[in-house]
Amino acid sequence: MSIAVGQLAPRFSLPDTDGAPHSPGGAPATVVVFTCNHCPYALAWHERLLEVADDYADRGVRMLQICSNDAERYPQDSPEAMRERVREEGGWPTPYLHDATQEVARAYGALTTPDVFVLDAERRLRYRGAPDGDHMHPAQNAAWLRAALDELLAGDPVSQPETKPVGCSIKWRP
Amino acid sequence: MADACEDVGVTVELLFWDGCPSHPQALAELRGVLAELGLDPEDVRVREVASELDAEAEGFVGSPTIRVDGRDIEPPGVEPTGLTCRVYRLRDGRYSPTPDPAVVREALQRAAAPA
Repeated sequence: MSIAVGQLAPRFSLPDTDGAPHSPGGAPATVVVFTCNHCPYALAWHERLLEVADDYADRGVRMLQICSNDAERYPQDSPEAMRERVREEGGWPTPYLHDATQEVARAYGALTTPDVFVLDAERRLRYRGAPDGDHMHPAQNAAWLRAALDELLAGDPVSQPETKPVGCSIKWRP
Repeated sequence: MADACEDVGVTVELLFWDGCPSHPQALAELRGVLAELGLDPEDVRVREVASELDAEAEGFVGSPTIRVDGRDIEPPGVEPTGLTCRVYRLRDGRYSPTPDPAVVREALQRAAAPA
């Protein structure tokens, strides 16, 4: 079951590809993105999400990307493969965290890669869903996520707090 | 409607895994290309791959996989078999959960061409 809009999101601490721990909070908004290396939907939206991280960094927004997939059955999503991907892509503007036990994905009720959760300064969920309405069209520019961040940062209620997450299912351990 | 694929001796298969949401779109696009080429859009063998064992036996590297006359329209090289979504690259470089319709079209045209 997923956390509900307005509900306090669970705390977590997960290591990035260099082993440094990261937790949500400490920012006017934190974007938590469940993603992975091998899903075409996650790959299609990836650049758009990194652009959001870049564009909103000076307004204090943090983005944490998390891979929760079962790395034994899907070695493309192993910590080694995550590290290699970040290196090959010349580094990311966001930490890429490994959820080895899948507890964080379960606690958030994440369903797909990608699945986007926007938390406010108190860690309450303000938006959950897809980055925008079409993974195949970069011109969509993560519009749903950007609108949620703009409204949240302006102190307004998020007018579209939920959309349907679209992507590959999270690969749960047996 | 005439069984155009059979008429020209082309066997078209779409293999999918239900855990990946892309196969309805892939099937619709495949049928669109078949119709464009004057082939029967209904003449697609749609098969579900439901287990890792099936994936291994089929040489299935991800969903969707389209085969024409038994040949993958985008040979996957050394990709491991398994139940996963398949990553395609369109000709303009974008990542996609479904193959480029141009690739589908060319594979069908090659197969349907007289020897």
